[in-house]
Amino acid sequence: MAFETVIGLEVHVELGTKTKIFCNCANEFGAAPNTRVCPVCLGSPGVLPVLNAEALALGIRAALALNCEVRASSKFDRKNYFYPDSPKAYQISQYDEPIGERGYVEIVVGGGVKRIGVTRVHLEEDAGKLNHSPLGDYSLVDLNRVGVPLIEIVSEPDIRTPEEARLYMEEVRSILRYCNVSDCRMEEGSLRCDANISLRPAGQRAFGTKTEIKNMNSFRNVQRGLEYEQRRQAEALAAGGEIRQQTLRWDEASERTILMRSKEDAHDYRYFPEPDLARVELSAEYIAARRAEIPELPADKRERFVRQYGLPAYDASVLTASRALAEYFDAVAALVRDAKSASNWIMGDLLAHLKVTGQEIEQVNMTPQQLAQLIGLIDDGTISTRIAKTVLRDVLEQGKDPRVLIEEQGLAQISDEAALRAIAQRVIEANPKSVEDYRAGKEKALGALVGQMMKETKGKANPQMVNRMIADMIAGD
Amino acid sequence: MHLTEQDVAHVARLARLVLTDEEKHTLAGELDRILQHADELAGLDLAGVSPMSHVGGGETVTRPDEPRPSLAPLTALANAPDADEQQFRVPAVLEG
Amino acid sequence: MLDMYSGLRALRAGLDAGRTSPGELFAMCRNEIARRDDGVKAFLTLVDDDPETQRRLRGEGPDAGYAGYAADGAAREGEAEFASDGTAPDGRSGSAGALAGIPYALKDNICTAGIVTTCASRILAGYTPPHTATAVRRLAQAGGRLLGKLNMDEFAMGSSTENSARFPTRNPWDLERVPGGSSGGAAAAVAAGMAPYALGSDTGGSIRQPAAYCGVVGLKPTYGRVSRFGLVAFASSLDQIGPLTHSVADAALVLQQIAGHDPRDGTSARVETPDFSRGLTGDISGLRIGVAREYFSEGVDDGVRRKVEEAIALLAKLGARVREVSLPHTRYALSTYYLIAPAEASSNLARYDGVRYGYRAKDADNLVDMYSKTRSEGFGAEVKRRILIGTYALSSGYYDAYYKRAQQVRTLIRRDFDEAFADVDVIVSPTTPTTAFRLGEKVDDPLTMYMNDVCTIPVNLAGLPAISVPCGLDRGLPVGLQFIGRMFDEVTLLGAAYVYERAAGHSPLRPRFAPEVTGHGV
Repeated sequence: MAFETVIGLEVHVELGTKTKIFCNCANEFGAAPNTRVCPVCLGSPGVLPVLNAEALALGIRAALALNCEVRASSKFDRKNYFYPDSPKAYQISQYDEPIGERGYVEIVVGGGVKRIGVTRVHLEEDAGKLNHSPLGDYSLVDLNRVGVPLIEIVSEPDIRTPEEARLYMEEVRSILRYCNVSDCRMEEGSLRCDANISLRPAGQRAFGTKTEIKNMNSFRNVQRGLEYEQRRQAEALAAGGEIRQQTLRWDEASERTILMRSKEDAHDYRYFPEPDLARVELSAEYIAARRAEIPELPADKRERFVRQYGLPAYDASVLTASRALAEYFDAVAALVRDAKSASNWIMGDLLAHLKVTGQEIEQVNMTPQQLAQLIGLIDDGTISTRIAKTVLRDVLEQGKDPRVLIEEQGLAQISDEAALRAIAQRVIEANPKSVEDYRAGKEKALGALVGQMMKETKGKANPQMVNRMIADMIAGD
Repeated sequence: MHLTEQDVAHVARLARLVLTDEEKHTLAGELDRILQHADELAGLDLAGVSPMSHVGGGETVTRPDEPRPSLAPLTALANAPDADEQQFRVPAVLEG
Repeated sequence: MLDMYSGLRALRAGLDAGRTSPGELFAMCRNEIARRDDGVKAFLTLVDDDPETQRRLRGEGPDAGYAGYAADGAAREGEAEFASDGTAPDGRSGSAGALAGIPYALKDNICTAGIVTTCASRILAGYTPPHTATAVRRLAQAGGRLLGKLNMDEFAMGSSTENSARFPTRNPWDLERVPGGSSGGAAAAVAAGMAPYALGSDTGGSIRQPAAYCGVVGLKPTYGRVSRFGLVAFASSLDQIGPLTHSVADAALVLQQIAGHDPRDGTSARVETPDFSRGLTGDISGLRIGVAREYFSEGVDDGVRRKVEEAIALLAKLGARVREVSLPHTRYALSTYYLIAPAEASSNLARYDGVRYGYRAKDADNLVDMYSKTRSEGFGAEVKRRILIGTYALSSGYYDAYYKRAQQVRTLIRRDFDEAFADVDVIVSPTTPTTAFRLGEKVDDPLTMYMNDVCTIPVNLAGLPAISVPCGLDRGLPVGLQFIGRMFDEVTLLGAAYVYERAAGHSPLRPRFAPEVTGHGV
């Protein structure tokens, strides 16, 4: 029997504020345990939460960027549960009146655009971290992360494949990074993902029984975890078995999902309105101001790159992976004759350089103007593409203008007809065998002669000119 | 009866309280009387009446995003019943 | 000859004239405590009068970082900061300094940095907070001298102070009777002359009811008037800190000092702090006073009813226009309260889990076991009862029937008051249906115990200000008269109560055992 996979994602994103959502402790990753805590973080008796204005602003901006309708009036609620990572034994979250609802994210899949619905976006506080002792006889609690502002983004069950899930995650990350809402580093936990997955016979409307998978802490693991679970469920159903509603954990080491808890252990969170926080009432002006903070988003940029620069869709999608990269490209493309050449250089040598050095585009030692200059020097024949690759490397190392480096190192192409003709004559005389072969119809022999010519000129000869010149000279003999 | 001893046991588990059988029995009776008293609310017509979750209201209350010092490490753990490596120590966590 | 019944203005005048000193006043209180508190048992913790303690409470102590945060937080908001001699740079209505050098005591659910704060619960035994309640910081900055922390019903849940994990407090008027609760220690300490004033907290009557039972003045300010930062939460949407004093004028002076917006309490109101003594003119001609039949149900003792009716007649004689008002949903207030308050409490008290502070049970096998044992051993019977009720009211399947419904009825109760206050300026009622009952009399009957709060609870549900003032004795025990005011209209409320207090001539009421003092003031 053929099955259709149905996936919905719950994505948690830590907001890039200076302070926590309900107190003035610094929002910082990686500090020594319990050094970013105050009585509010500790859930000490008598303390009260006060909402961070920036957390609210970033949450609204994110909701708008995810195409949500923003509620003019929303509220916080308490989600009650006992666990050592939750010092108050409740998490301040939003239950039935989230800041944003009914949004969507568009992903590019199978050559087309697919829209994944966003059910809701809400604000909440992060929990602390437990470090389990090696023997499992006790745990240590670090509360630094308590109160870090989060948004939770809940998708509609519109996702049909693990690949779509990964693409959705990547698109969400890209959007939120564009908006400066979060750095979205999965490896640091500032972007996290839980997934619900179920299978149903193709053509059936009703959803099958779902399982929830947690702990998929990279884009790759999101796809792999879901692929594993998809396969597991399909095999179980094909064998006539049933899927049990349960929460699973993706174990990267063993590459399988492990049972955390079954449905019977489901919590009763006893949500109720948080009496310590006033309702959030937003004016139309406030919402408009947040909307104005949203830059051109990746989907629009992709579309524009194709339309404005005539780039292939693939190039557009690579170049818009981050806002800084896209802006870099825009800057180069504005200065060169052919935007595709800008795309080629950025996607090829420049991204390879970033990968090797582990740098971000913002850190790179070459301005868009310098890259444009380099491309211009190829276009006007001053240097060959091969020389340009060396020059690019030197620019990245030294930060000097390409023109200066070419000057300093005497790398400009020799395009002087008379000078080249003299060298060509020498090469022809010194390689009679190759000349013979070429005359006999072996086209490859011409390549050997050109190669000799480039060697003589240390690569500076204009290759097109040399090709034509040698062919003409042998033919003219 | 609104509430049986089993209900009391269930609620106690949610609230992380352990009760003796005698306590369960007594509390079931007491809580039941209180809930019976609360039944008078069931007769009221509350259609269109919004719940009052806050006394004040009408305006969002926020504070500026400005970092201030956290507690000194020793102070943060000063009241901890059990601590190790600058962290709070708790017995083994069993899921569920 | 000054004593703790003399009134804050008299004490301040004594200090100004050099007839006494802050140290001497503090010592006088300590003497009275030594003499009286073996019988009354109001104090849980005594604090020495040392500059280090005062400095810490002002937010200037050695716990550097976080204390710095406190002072910094206040200054940023342009809040008035007071020098230690009590002089205010912004000339807060000339009353700054009124409390400088004068001792006070605090209910033990109000946090004090470096001083044990237990809520009279085993689960917080020995807990020393790093933070100070904003109200206390303001008193400390105004030069107040903290005497100690006062007994209460555990986590403010109760009406008799018998629910203290330590010991019951007794009523100075009759040591066999309760002082009321939950601020029973505060009311008893003031009534017995051991402190000139105290701060308590009021969630459903916890300041006014013990004030009535002990014959002192108890003020519950409008919700949001006084910061709740540092008040250990019982029911967050109802709790409010307020003063217990010997007179309405003293209540106004203390409120002046503790009121005002606090950036660390998101529910503290951004409203102007008026001069609360402004309304103490002694003139109420034309004031419209409402009397609600619903507050005189059959549960009200005849003796109490008589005293309150006499008081209303007196107010009419003084020029007030008395008229009947209707508060039809009053009868639902008790049920509403006993769903909302426990629901919020069940969540507020979930943090006492033995992980970060407070009591932890020994010999737990695993985490859940540790939680459950800690909480079962750490909380008393009434606290557990309310946690269970509240958990039930919020639990899956019951939320709509109980909690949400109660919040809707709360809207109706608030509306009743809004409509009544269209016609009157204050509403007058008994504070409690009876006078102080005997220890042990109601301890086994929660529902009857809850009936004590029937006149005070609606006020908390609506968020209004109210004050209880003594209106004489019934069979040797004090009776309380409650005035209820409009939201943030403490000025009118205090003005009305002041006129009554002056005309009736009851205050300050001295319990029988108090030494007779010749000549008031100095």
